[in-house]
Amino acid sequence: MVTSASKPLLVVEDLGVGIRTARGTFQAIEEVGFALDEGEVLGLVGESGCGKSITALAIMGLLPQPVARITGGHVWFDGTDLAALSNEQMRHVRGDRLGMIFQEPMTSLNPVYRVGDQLVEALREHRPLGRGEAWREAVAMLDMVGIPAARDRASTYPHELSGGMRQRVMIAMALICRPRLLIADEPTTALDVSTQAQILDLLLSLKRELGMAIMMITHDLGVVAEVADRVAVMYAGRIVETADVFELFRSPRHPYTDALLRSIPRLDSDLDRLVAIEGTVASPLARPSGCSFRDRCPRARSRCADAVPPLDPLAPGHRARCFFPVEPGARAVEPA
Amino acid sequence: MTALLEVKDLKTYFAVRSPLLRRKVGQIRAVDGVDLRVEAGRTLGLVGESGCGKSTLGRTIVRLLEPTEGQIRVDGVDVTRARGRDLMTMRRRVQMVFQDPYASLNPRLQVGDAIGEALDIHKLVRSRGEKRERVATLLDKVGLGAEAMARYPHEFSGGQRQRIGIARALVLNPELLVADEPVSALDVSVQAQVINLMRDLQRDFHLGYLFIAHDLSVVRHISDEVAIMYLGRIVETGPKTTLFAKPRHPYTRGLLLSVPVPDPTRRRGAHAPLAGGLPDPADPPQGCTFHPRCPYATELCRLERPELRPFGDAQTVACHHAEEVAASDPS
Amino acid sequence: MSAVLEFLAPFATRKVAAFGLAFLVVVLVAALLAPWIVPYDPQQIDAIARLSPPNAAHWFGTDHAGRDLFSRVIYGARMALLTGAGVVVIALVFGVLLGTLSAYFPTLGMVLMRVVDVLMGIPALLLALALVVILGKGLFNSMIAVGAIYITTTARITYGLTRKITAETYIEAVTSLGAGHWRIIRRHVLPNLVSPLMVQATFIFAFAQLSAASLDFLGLGLPPDVPSWGNMIAETRRYITRAPGLLMFPGAAIILTVFSLNLVGDVLRDRLDPRFKDDLAKW
Repeated sequence: MVTSASKPLLVVEDLGVGIRTARGTFQAIEEVGFALDEGEVLGLVGESGCGKSITALAIMGLLPQPVARITGGHVWFDGTDLAALSNEQMRHVRGDRLGMIFQEPMTSLNPVYRVGDQLVEALREHRPLGRGEAWREAVAMLDMVGIPAARDRASTYPHELSGGMRQRVMIAMALICRPRLLIADEPTTALDVSTQAQILDLLLSLKRELGMAIMMITHDLGVVAEVADRVAVMYAGRIVETADVFELFRSPRHPYTDALLRSIPRLDSDLDRLVAIEGTVASPLARPSGCSFRDRCPRARSRCADAVPPLDPLAPGHRARCFFPVEPGARAVEPA
Repeated sequence: MTALLEVKDLKTYFAVRSPLLRRKVGQIRAVDGVDLRVEAGRTLGLVGESGCGKSTLGRTIVRLLEPTEGQIRVDGVDVTRARGRDLMTMRRRVQMVFQDPYASLNPRLQVGDAIGEALDIHKLVRSRGEKRERVATLLDKVGLGAEAMARYPHEFSGGQRQRIGIARALVLNPELLVADEPVSALDVSVQAQVINLMRDLQRDFHLGYLFIAHDLSVVRHISDEVAIMYLGRIVETGPKTTLFAKPRHPYTRGLLLSVPVPDPTRRRGAHAPLAGGLPDPADPPQGCTFHPRCPYATELCRLERPELRPFGDAQTVACHHAEEVAASDPS
Repeated sequence: MSAVLEFLAPFATRKVAAFGLAFLVVVLVAALLAPWIVPYDPQQIDAIARLSPPNAAHWFGTDHAGRDLFSRVIYGARMALLTGAGVVVIALVFGVLLGTLSAYFPTLGMVLMRVVDVLMGIPALLLALALVVILGKGLFNSMIAVGAIYITTTARITYGLTRKITAETYIEAVTSLGAGHWRIIRRHVLPNLVSPLMVQATFIFAFAQLSAASLDFLGLGLPPDVPSWGNMIAETRRYITRAPGLLMFPGAAIILTVFSLNLVGDVLRDRLDPRFKDDLAKW
């Protein structure tokens, strides 16, 4: 839902990424399109292999070339098409106006440099600051992400910190230049549930304080429900449903979303038997013709094999890629 | 009634040694006095966050690790220090299902060989034909066909490999399965398949489960009784519905409030219920190990470690202020 | 047959390595068929044709005793293969034994690995020389001497690999099923060592050529007239300005063989690593 006060910060249009492997070339993602408004949290949901991480990497210009490359589409960010920029040009955008955090904090932290130095480096890459001033900024940022005794901690090394602390440091590094958009790729998956709650809180409060938008990539529907404003569901390389978060959980229209919601165990309900989704996700090299979900879909009919359904609007702000979408509000299972 | 599995005051300590001379310089009390009961045909869910010792506890019970102190009884038989033939007998009764479906199968062994190996070790079959028959039956039971026998693990998906792991654990006809995070490494849509399978198998074979997990939603779904573990000790137990509806320990309460529910109308909102992180297991806090993070903590909690005591209906809790926690319901 | 094709597949995209493989095949054929394909008897002396440059009668020319260099180089391939094989066998058998036992029985392992560390501190050639002094010269002894050099590296690699393997979850699983030490080593550890050790073997084979040639060059390996590449290079010291071919041809043979073995070893290593990491789900 686009209100008059919000405008699209990021518009992904028809994005495709191809990957070359020893066993052949395949499209990791196809026709991916969604929009993210300023200050909004978009949840990008899907299971492993659906392409959500690849989408994030493509937006950031971090695809592992030459194995993977953008095969089509646009990534409009603040008026510029990121997909058309060179590596050099992307370097100026990354870390400055666009930030990213990952599942494993150690992948973006260099073990041989102090935490404060790494923040300083990230900052001075984009801002003309002296070392002293940059160090002060770094300490302020560590404080903002909730690291106690920030001034002392800035002089420690990554291995001296706990998992939750390292995640906070990684967040600090991604945000030190106050980007407009933060892409978070499974940032809490490797964390305990109690730490996860802290980090999610932190991300939301930073969002308010810094006025930024967040693209939250996750497989955890609970996390999505907790933080997202809008949701995009991915399956086998395509977006299959987008909606406002309340709308999606109340009335999922795509059979995959519906099935997924029925199959997860929940704290707030007491089902006797989980309704599992039959089969497994097809290998990207051997996707079925037409709709990729049809082999596992209880609603599939012959038409589903003929063509890939378009991502059509079914209600204002609610789109689903299905010829026979689930009826609105037809959730047979209500939380107890 | 004798429980299928009874664990009394179990302790597993690891020595911290200096690098060269290997002198003992410290101790990690991974499991620090645990009492447990699992009844035949029922599931005890053991919940805790990483570092709480639940995996160590599971491995100690199946004797992959040696207990430092305490007792493990299977069907009344003391197997804590069993060796040789007694140990082999115990292994036929208690088996383990592992977390990582990719690492728990030898990549060079065919699936049929991996499952059937236990039969050879325990000399339970007299011919290759008999072995193949038993393996085929099991593969059917877990939802994979007999043709899986001649294939290699890398030809299967994560969920399928986990089924193979379960089949391997069942080949000796055990009475108790210790499942160490059996679905944590699987995709969400596959978790349901494996959880359903485990429930069916429990019913068909009257198996007892010690289901170890960190995911409260999964534990809630599959367990009959639940135990919460923190830094090597059980802090609360109870029947599933009671424990989740009326947690008596501040940690349990905090955990339950931290879990994000897949329903945006029930957002937790700001202020994470549990601050800080798990303390260093080599240097735990004095008194009640949870007190630095506990909103109910008092001087007593700093000085004296609470023991597990009965509370309410079939519940036990290790907290000096459980009455207060009970009063501040519901969540 | 499909195993052969699977083995050859990666060479299709790596032309240089394919050349290496082809060269090794040539060396192998030359070694096996030597007595039937050489134009001259490699020991046949012809005083008149001494030190002749390459010509129609002698493709590589002749050495200081008038012996046909081409035939001698071909026979050299035999010695190279024989020595290489012998060294690999010795290094693998003892290295694997040492490495697996050290990994599996940690207290024993600590002691043994320190001994290995000390031995590795001695320069390889010195070690080989010391053994030759003790054992004497000759084909068999030089195989032992050179083999000893590689026992240490093989032991270390096996030790590391075995430790990694025994830490794997599937070893825990089979232990909890009741498997004993020997069953685990036999059925689970050794088969998983085969691939990395195959790679190691190609590299040992390559470096064995250099070590053996060095021993021959110093006169401490094979008897002087035996046509090994190392011996041939040793003999050229006085004649190098008059007949550079005496150095070049056997030298090129050694270099190309070692190079080819390294290339093939690299391909093998790359093949074996990503096989199970080929997880498309990561995308």
